[in-house]
Amino acid sequence: MDWVAHFLAMGGYARFVWPAYGAAFAVLLWMLVDSVGSYRKARRELDALERRSR
Amino acid sequence: MHRFANPARFMRISTAVLPWCGALAGLLLATGLVLALFVAPADYQQGEAVRIMYVHVPAAWMASFVYAVMAGASAVGLIWRHPLADIAARAAAPLGAGFTLVCLVSGSLWGEPMWGTWWVWDARLTSVLVLFFLYLGYIALVNAFDDPSRGTRAGAVLALVGVVNLPIIKFSVDWWNTLHQPASVFRLGGPTIAASMLWPLLIMALGFTLFFVTMLMVRMRAALLAARLRALRMAASEDEARAPRRRPRAVGEAD
Repeated sequence: MDWVAHFLAMGGYARFVWPAYGAAFAVLLWMLVDSVGSYRKARRELDALERRSR
Repeated sequence: MHRFANPARFMRISTAVLPWCGALAGLLLATGLVLALFVAPADYQQGEAVRIMYVHVPAAWMASFVYAVMAGASAVGLIWRHPLADIAARAAAPLGAGFTLVCLVSGSLWGEPMWGTWWVWDARLTSVLVLFFLYLGYIALVNAFDDPSRGTRAGAVLALVGVVNLPIIKFSVDWWNTLHQPASVFRLGGPTIAASMLWPLLIMALGFTLFFVTMLMVRMRAALLAARLRALRMAASEDEARAPRRRPRAVGEAD
């Protein structure tokens, strides 16, 4: 397990490297959730409206 | 070009392309992440902190690239009044703002250990901050009108005026030589960065690009559905308003 601790320590730069990767991950995840969410919402509402008008 | 830019055709083509594009983006991002964290060497000056580069630089490239896409689509929308171009410009803005935010945050986290400061009002950093505010201003502007097409047109003008910021970002490191280092990949005479760092960087950048293309398609599809939804609702409420109560429908009158 020594190499894991060594890896996580990032040569003493852990508190800079990991937040940078964390920020990138969080923003990309937000893009995914927001984009797919808005598509699903529009799809759902459109399907409901078209069902009602039929 | 108009043949490919028809909304129904776009829906059909994007349905086919979307899964492949998304899968390839995921694959490239995963590969890039492994290369960036495990395979790429530590820098002889910066040590492990250099790994911030693999998210900072692709995000910075995307910040400018997405703005160029947004401004290009805005120009097409203004000149040819093309509905898909308008939708593309609006869909690109939040994605560009996201990449710019990643660039600013990761840059700050890189600046503190390397320059000894989180932020400095140097030309590169300031022009990228301006880019971030251009995105936010665009988003606020296009949503400020009841009529979406008027909002899009106002936003398009702002996006085109803001294009002047792109060359400023690109050349700021040469014109005003302060803390931020000059270009080491896209420069005359070829990259100065070592191949062992260049490859992970390029794979990560390609992953970011395909991720953006995938998200752009998803958002454009969502916007097209939303536009259809708006049109249907408007037609329904107009029917209700126009039809006098208890008047029998004429034969053949539209439902």
